Amino acid sequence: MIVAERKPFDEISDLLAGYDKILTVGCKTCVAVCLAGGEKEAALLNKELMLARKVAGKPVETCAALVERQCDMEFLAELDDIVDQYDAIVSMACGAGVQFMAERYPTKPVLPGVNTTFIGVNRDVGWYEEKCRSCGNCLLGITGGICPITMCAKSLMNGPCGGTNQTSCEINKDQPCAWYAIYQRLAGQGRLDNILKMTEIMDWRNNVPRTIVQPGYEQRKAAFSDK
Amino acid sequence: MAEFKSNSKLERILRAGHFAFTGELGPPRGSSVEHVREKAKPLKGNVDLVNITDNQTAMVRMSSWAASIIAKEEGLEPNYQMVCRDRNRLAMQGDILGAYAMGINNILCLSGDHMQFGDHPGAKGVFDVDSTQLINMIKKMRDEGVFQGGAEIEEPPKMFIGGAANPFAEPFEWRVHRLAKKIAAGVDFIQTQCIFNMEKFRTWVAQANDMGLTEKVYILAGVTPMKSVGMAKYMKNRVPGMDVPDEIIKRLQGAEKGKVADEGIKIACEQIEEFKEMKGIAGVHLMAIEWEHKVPEIAERAKVLPRPVV
Repeated sequence: MIVAERKPFDEISDLLAGYDKILTVGCKTCVAVCLAGGEKEAALLNKELMLARKVAGKPVETCAALVERQCDMEFLAELDDIVDQYDAIVSMACGAGVQFMAERYPTKPVLPGVNTTFIGVNRDVGWYEEKCRSCGNCLLGITGGICPITMCAKSLMNGPCGGTNQTSCEINKDQPCAWYAIYQRLAGQGRLDNILKMTEIMDWRNNVPRTIVQPGYEQRKAAFSDK
Repeated sequence: MAEFKSNSKLERILRAGHFAFTGELGPPRGSSVEHVREKAKPLKGNVDLVNITDNQTAMVRMSSWAASIIAKEEGLEPNYQMVCRDRNRLAMQGDILGAYAMGINNILCLSGDHMQFGDHPGAKGVFDVDSTQLINMIKKMRDEGVFQGGAEIEEPPKMFIGGAANPFAEPFEWRVHRLAKKIAAGVDFIQTQCIFNMEKFRTWVAQANDMGLTEKVYILAGVTPMKSVGMAKYMKNRVPGMDVPDEIIKRLQGAEKGKVADEGIKIACEQIEEFKEMKGIAGVHLMAIEWEHKVPEIAERAKVLPRPVV
């Protein structure tokens, strides 16, 4: 899932200076699971805003709404009837959600309430770990299910660097060395052959906006383009 | 004998079977040409090649290619270091062409210390390619005359390609395989991490010999003379990838007052004597960290003078 963190209150407060009627929209999916932008967090942010603005002598009117997924236009449509009543929208979704909302309501300021941080896993309640950089060229099949792009601080593709410290990474003793772990995992499976060959230079074409259209949906996309 | 791959002096020395002796020069954290010239003086005539570090420990310094040119003007043979941390494949290839155009024939390909260790911890690390891939990219530029993207190079840079090896870091049994990968990628010479744990190093070289790797690459053993007990402890505890056995620290602690640095040099010289006889070792890379002025004395005491003229 996508893991996000609530922005510091002062930053959100600064973004909202000058707006008196605010719609805060939570998202029920990833950001709700990681306790950053779900129903509770949207309501809490509104309370903080109201209190701060009351203290400052500039009261604010807020409303909290919640949609299933802000990365899906059909769920955003639920907001169409109320958006006009507000000066600005705070989206508590990931960056994708914020942008989709801003696209749907182009005349309305849509402001982010969270920092989208990484694609990760839920290790325990309140504890999330990054696992994927969505590089677009998955190496997990040869690296024993451990991602060297994400888990190695240098994203090395051909084994541990000289800085690896016993079993940990040079940047931090608490950070395991990804390549040590890859080696151990593959050795245990008798698959060390996987990493004896040189891994060629990667195609990092992930820094252009990427689009995927599954086969079978191409016509549907073409119809959109025609509109 | 096969044709020379480059017009590097180091290649000629190694191919002629001489025991190589290389040194290091850290460029200044400023633009002082004089600083480089001063550091170059004690190295001239005492080493075959001088590594010019590239934003060492992730601290900004005068660029390696620029300091290499100054070092060359001072009569040294520079080994242009290039780390993967700071530039992508376009910048790397452009810099390699430029360096070669300015008469630089040796290059050392390194991952580079992580940004977190330097004075710009918020920097965006690049790591577009890793050190093994960099070696391979330069080999293809040199031998096939093509850029990484496939286009032809008008006048390919004939570089002598170096890489690093750390024989100590875990998993130890993997280390020799990483060396093998660098050889397969096209590395010509290897300079190792500073060696203090001789027993572990002997095991690593024996593995490399058994696998036939030392016949395919020139390995220069890394030597760093300890200046003080504090330095030894710091390297043991704080520098990633270092393996400093307690015996070394005890030996330095046992030295007479005022003689610790001398003991450090003595240990280094004993190591060098052993490397001269060690099968699979083609030379020594002396990393006298901020101690360039001591190099003539160390070279003298290690009996590696005079340096061969090739």
